[in-house]
Formats: sequence, structure tokens, C-alpha cells
Amino acid sequence: MRFVSLTIDGRQVEVAEGTTVLEAARKLGIEIPTLCYDNDLSIAGACRLCIVEVEGNNKNLPASCALPVAEGMVVHTNSPKVREARKIILELLLANHPLDCLTCEANGRCKLQQYCYEYGVKESRFSGERRHFAIDDNHPFIERDLEKCILCGKCVRVCQEVQGVGAIDYSGRGFDTKVATFMDRSLADSPCVSCGQCIYMCPVGALTAKPSKGKGRDFEVTKVVTTCGYCGVGCQLALNVKDDKIVGVTNVPDSHNQGYLCVKGRFGYEFVDDPERLTTPLIKENGKFREASWEEALDLVAQKFNEIRAKYGPDALAGVSSARVTNEENYLFQKFFRAVIGTNNVDHCARL
Amino acid sequence: MTNSIEDIEKADVILAAGTNTTEAHPVIATRIHKAITRHGAKLIVVDPRKTEIASKAHIWLRPYPGTNVAVFNGLLNVIIAEGLTDDEFISQRTENFEAVAEAVAPYTPEEVERISGIPAEDLIAAARLYGKAKRGIILYAMGVTQHSTGTDGVFAIANLAMATGNIGREGTGVSPLRGQNNVQGACDMGALPNFLPGYQKVSDPAVREKFAKAWGVPSLPDKDGLKLGEIMAAAYEGKVRALYVMGENLMLSEPYIAHAEACLKKLDFLVVQDLFLTETAQLADVVLPAVSFAEKDGTFTNTERRVCRVRRAVSPRGKAKPDWEIIVALAAKMGYEMNYDGPASIMEEISRLTPSYGGITYDRLEKQGLQWPCPDRDHPGTKRLHAERFSRGRGLFTPVTYKKPAELPDEQYPFYLVTGRILYHYHTGTMSRRVKGLNAIAPCGLLEINPADASKLGIQDGEVVRVSSRRGSITPAVRITDRVAPGVVFISFHYREVAANALTNAVYDPIAGIPEFKVSAVKIEKL
Repeated sequence: MRFVSLTIDGRQVEVAEGTTVLEAARKLGIEIPTLCYDNDLSIAGACRLCIVEVEGNNKNLPASCALPVAEGMVVHTNSPKVREARKIILELLLANHPLDCLTCEANGRCKLQQYCYEYGVKESRFSGERRHFAIDDNHPFIERDLEKCILCGKCVRVCQEVQGVGAIDYSGRGFDTKVATFMDRSLADSPCVSCGQCIYMCPVGALTAKPSKGKGRDFEVTKVVTTCGYCGVGCQLALNVKDDKIVGVTNVPDSHNQGYLCVKGRFGYEFVDDPERLTTPLIKENGKFREASWEEALDLVAQKFNEIRAKYGPDALAGVSSARVTNEENYLFQKFFRAVIGTNNVDHCARL
Repeated sequence: MTNSIEDIEKADVILAAGTNTTEAHPVIATRIHKAITRHGAKLIVVDPRKTEIASKAHIWLRPYPGTNVAVFNGLLNVIIAEGLTDDEFISQRTENFEAVAEAVAPYTPEEVERISGIPAEDLIAAARLYGKAKRGIILYAMGVTQHSTGTDGVFAIANLAMATGNIGREGTGVSPLRGQNNVQGACDMGALPNFLPGYQKVSDPAVREKFAKAWGVPSLPDKDGLKLGEIMAAAYEGKVRALYVMGENLMLSEPYIAHAEACLKKLDFLVVQDLFLTETAQLADVVLPAVSFAEKDGTFTNTERRVCRVRRAVSPRGKAKPDWEIIVALAAKMGYEMNYDGPASIMEEISRLTPSYGGITYDRLEKQGLQWPCPDRDHPGTKRLHAERFSRGRGLFTPVTYKKPAELPDEQYPFYLVTGRILYHYHTGTMSRRVKGLNAIAPCGLLEINPADASKLGIQDGEVVRVSSRRGSITPAVRITDRVAPGVVFISFHYREVAANALTNAVYDPIAGIPEFKVSAVKIEKL
């Protein structure tokens, strides 16, 4: 592998040939704003926000996400010229983007909002026709508001390149371009598998998690990183919590699941607050359950276990543990059967 | 998994057998997709159903249900015949190859075609592809294991990997994809009748002595306990009189539900600890309310042996308690004190007694998970097993021969029934069926049937039919699809209304004790 040396914002850096200027800058800890870039997706060069100034190039400001490094290159990522151009790009985006940040689900995590704040863009000097699309809220989990879409295409690419589904793509041309399903149907009537990878990728509020709607914005929730309770991939995810309730799930990018989740991991948490949850011990009497205290229920279990062990021996008792409880709980369960009851009759649902 | 999830993207050939990865392990399926589209990997799929990955496969082998062992032996037969074995690996790292070479000799492509229905030329092409791979990885799941010959299927896979030297290196290995969030951990922790934590044998006196001392008891039972299927049978016979079920819904997950119910009803005393009043909990004498993963601290161990933190995000609902607290309280009632400050201190005890978890502590897990074996605090964890040597020294080739499933279609019950999972639900649906959106997308259990069979029976898509086996009957709606071959039907086991396990056969693999969920015989009647 050959290495290339270049200068970014006055700092020298050596990177492998083929690296982009954006990646080289990130290596130096220099953040270049991006809307359409993701390090696990193909390069689109669509938003142009990552433009930089390269000394000796007086023709244009190239997009750093698509610009390979070259030996001796001198790059400025934040020069007045670059900042002015970025402001124009943001204004052009705002010219066709609703300014309903006050009620937008993406408020606080929207990258367009963030960059407008950073670059002092209050409104757009460009006025003209705006796009009008109906909100697609037929899907149980994903709401699409295409008026907010900035056409970065990350949703299209993640659906195709990572999920391998390709439920959505660009349709139309020029001003009429939009992200659509086949035959422009609702997302609910497409091959969508509800993984919600597109919501996570969306830099604005065009794609949002429907079950989270109105339940708390990014800055209002506490994010608790944990392990998914469904399949054995053990994806890392963040439960978004507000007022002791789970209101959503967000990604944990630096993980063995690369931040990706499936429909169950991302949306399958509602059962936690299902009204049918058991909230107190139950004892069956005359074929019917009645509520009991922990004290009473555990006394009864201990008494029955003791009686049966005394009468028939420890092997007359058995335990079925669970592949859904924690390691610590499985450990204690088998310890209970072996050390307290005195039998190895303990197994779990591994084979089911 | 012998290797890690990231290795899927490093393989040049992926052999996926009996795994509907896209639905059962969706995030791992993204790795398969990327391996193919970004790195040019080739995919071989062995599955009787045309799953999404079967559609993406370069070679799809569609065996009759229950013929895996013949197929794997056939692949090795061709690999040996064409000189594609890794002789250096075989001679330096393994033993007993000759016995396996002899055992697979009768499994010529023509013979395998006769047994499995897979065209000989497809088998040969697949064997060449895997045999020539520089880095070949095998992924498998319950489609291989849930047979009365499941263990043989796993032996046959191990034989293939060892014969081609595809083990212990990046992008290789034998990778069972574990179905439930902590099924790996439950096994690691000794929730098994023959093993104490870390697969330390119950039959080993030194092991028992170590644990007895640590747990402050004079001795521990020395006889292997009963496996789940045996527990049920013993309950029926009155040998097991009390059962304590924690977080498992046997009334939907056990084969031959009518029999499972009869077994549970024979018990003198049944305790069920769960989040909901499940079908199993309804039979209990005492029900103890537990909390979900979101309401407690702990760890899960995933399919790549990675121990990851579970963190409490919300408070326990009602008077429900974490399972560990309930066990501690019950033990105290029975005169045995378990003193723990919390899950972290339980893990301290686990790591003291379990060599493979020796270096696993909560402070190390704060940032990210650790893959066992992780024997001490300075050990970084293990991405790949068997890199230098196998745990037993040399890798042991195990000859296996094809045996028919316990029940095959006949005149009275002419269809193969295969059961499994779908994307939108999980296990017995206790959790996922209580999520509105998931139910909106997948509201009911559908019986997949081939268009040719549907037309013969005069059945329309969506029509409700009666499906019966020798053990029970259910009435699902049908989904007409070529995902299943003629003569084969499929239904998931998530739905209590059309419980697939009312039909399945309660026969078990003699070593693993796994039920034969993947093959039973049924008939279908128009209503």
C-alpha cells in the first residue's frame, strides 16, 4: 500500500493512497459538514456541503467525500470562500424545506438545522415554487414526509447496499425528483422490511419512527445503551427513555452490528408496557388465580419444593431456565438447582 | 461460532445451510449481502425453502427435508474425489480422516441425488466452489440441528470444514447462528443437565469439588440430569413432581403440544416465572412476575461468544422483580443465603469459577463486549477459536451416515411439514405479538404451500384449511408460494391460534436431545 502526504488546514497528514480528503481530515479530527455521506455507503457526492478549497485549483470547490488525496495537496476545509459556498448550499436547501422545526420530530438531531445554526443561515434568499407531497403514514413504523427530503439518497443507498431490499429509489427528474417506492405506492405496500435503517440514515425529518411521534425529541430523552432482547446476534442499541418510558430506539454505530438493527430490535419494545404485564405474584386456588404478596408466594414455593424433595428426593424436582434471561440469572438458576435443591435436572430452551 | 460475525465479510465462499438468515438473523444477513455485493463472495445455500438468501445464492441446493447428512457427505465425497482437500491441515491438525473418507465414499453425487433430490451436477458445482475457496465459512442454524439426526448434521459440517482447512483463520469457520438472545449464555452458564458453568462436566469429581467449595455445600449431585424432553417425559411418568419454569413458554415451544400439556398437568407443583400469563403460566400453581430486559442489569452472550451488557433503562413494572432477585429470595426461603450486591457481583463469582469467563468483569464491558475465551483481566478476548490447536488437541473427524427422519410422508399424511421463524415475530410471540405494528404486518400464522399442491387441493390464497398430523390439528390460512417445493408445507411456530407444535413430532436427537421440528408428516384438508 502506498502512502500519500498532504496538508489540511495547515496540518500535515499521511494516509493510504485512495483515501478521500474527507476521511483524511477526519483522521486529523477535522470535521467537515456532510449530509449525504456515510462511511458504510457508496459515495454520492450529492449534497455538496463537504466542499473544500484546494490550492492550485481555481476552477471549483470539489466535494471532499469524492476527492481522492494526492501527494502534496494543500486543502482548506473552512476558508471564507468555502464557508460562503456552504451558506449558499444551505440556503438552496432551505428554499424548498419547510421551516416547521418547532414541531418537527427531528428537532435537535437534524443536520440541516445544525448546519444552518453553525453557518448563521436564518432563511433562504431564494424563493420560488415549493414541492408539495402528502405525508405517507400508512406504514406501521415509518412515516415519510417528502417535503422535508433533501434528496441526499442515504435511505436509498442503505436499503439497497446494506439491507439488500431496494424498496425505494429516486423517481422523476430535476425539480420533480423524489424518493419513491415502485409505482409510487405507500411504503407499506412496498417490499420494505421495516428495519428502519433509513430513519437512522435520514439527516433531516423526512423519515421518522412513527411509534416515537410526539413522545420526546432527541434532547429530551436519555439514551441507555443495551443489548437487544430478541435474536442471538445481540445487537447493541440505545433505548430512548423519557419519564420512565421507552419512547424509541436509536443506533449504536460502534458495535459488532455496525449500528444496524432489524424491525424487532428497532420497534419491538412496546410489550414492556403492555397492560397484560404481570405485576404481582399469583397463587392458584380452586383452579383460579388470586393475587398474592411476594412473601406468601415464595413461602408457598419453598414449602412445596421442600415437601416434594423430602418425599421423593431431589431428582423429583426440575428446572427449565431461559435463553432470554441474563447470564447472571442463568447462573443463579442452575446454582439454585444444584446447590440448594441438589439435582442436575436443569435445562433450558436451547433446542427449541 | 468458531469465528466472528465480521468474518462473514472476509470469506470468499459462504455456505449457508438450514438458516433463513434474512428473517431469523436479519443483521447477519446484511453481512452476507455485503460480502456478495462488495467483496465478490460466492454464496451456496442449502435449504428446502426458497428463502431470500436462497434467491441470492450462486448455487442453491434444495434437498428434501431431513436429508442434510447425505448432502454434506456428498459434498465431502466430491471434494475428496477431486483432490480439493487440505492435506497439510488434515495431517497436522486432525485425526481420523480416513474413517470419514471411507464413510462418505458411498455418497456419490448420483446417490445423493437419489436421497435428497439435489441434481448431481449442482452438488458437484457446490463442492468445487467450497472446496476451492481460500476462505470458506459455513453458517448454519436450526435447519441443520432440529432433526433426530441433528448432531450428525453438525459432525458432517465440521468434517467439511476440517477437510478443507477452513477453520481457525480469518473468513473461515463453522458458525452456528444462535436463535435466541442469550441461548449461548444460558449454555455457557451451565443451564444444562450435564455441565456446570463453562462446560465443566458434572461427572468430573474435581469440578464438583471446586463448585461445592465455592458454593459452601458439602457436595453436588454427580449424575447427569434430565434434558428438557426427558423432564417432560419424567413428569408424565410421575418421576418429576415439581417443575420451576423461568421465562419459557413450553406450551407453544415444545413438540406435540397435546403431549406437553398432559406432562405438565401431571405435575404436583408447577411454578412459572414470566412477564405475562403465558399458555404455560396458565397451568401453573404459582406465577412469579419477572421484568423485561429493559428493566434490569446483566449480560447476554451472543452468537459470536460476545458478552455484552444489558442495562436497566426503566424501572420494574408493578411488583415485578428481576429473575436474579427472585432466585436469591427463594433460595433464602429454603435456607440458603446468596449474597450479591447486584449482577456485577454475580459476574465476579462466575468469572472466578469459569475459566473462559475468567477475565470478564463489568468495568471491562462498559465500552464494548468481550468474546470468550477471555481467561484473565489482560486478555483481549478471542475472535477465532481453534487458531493454533483444537480444544482437544487434534480435530476429530467423526464419520456419520444418513438416517431417515423419524416420520416421513405417506398415503395418509402426504406432506412434509417444516416449521421455523418469520421476520416479524419471535419464538412463542409472548413479546412480539404484543407490539401493535408487528401484529399489523404479520397478524396471523400462514401455511406456505406450493401452487401445484394448492391447485390440486382446490385451495385459494388466504383460504383457511385444516392441517393435521398424527398428533393434532390446526386451521391456518394458506399462502400460496413457490418458497416451498411441491409436497412440502411450512408454518411458523409463533402463533398460539395456529400452534405449529400441535403437529410436530416429539422425537429427539439421541445426543443433543433436540426435537425433530423440521420434519413431520401432515395432511391438508379443504374446509
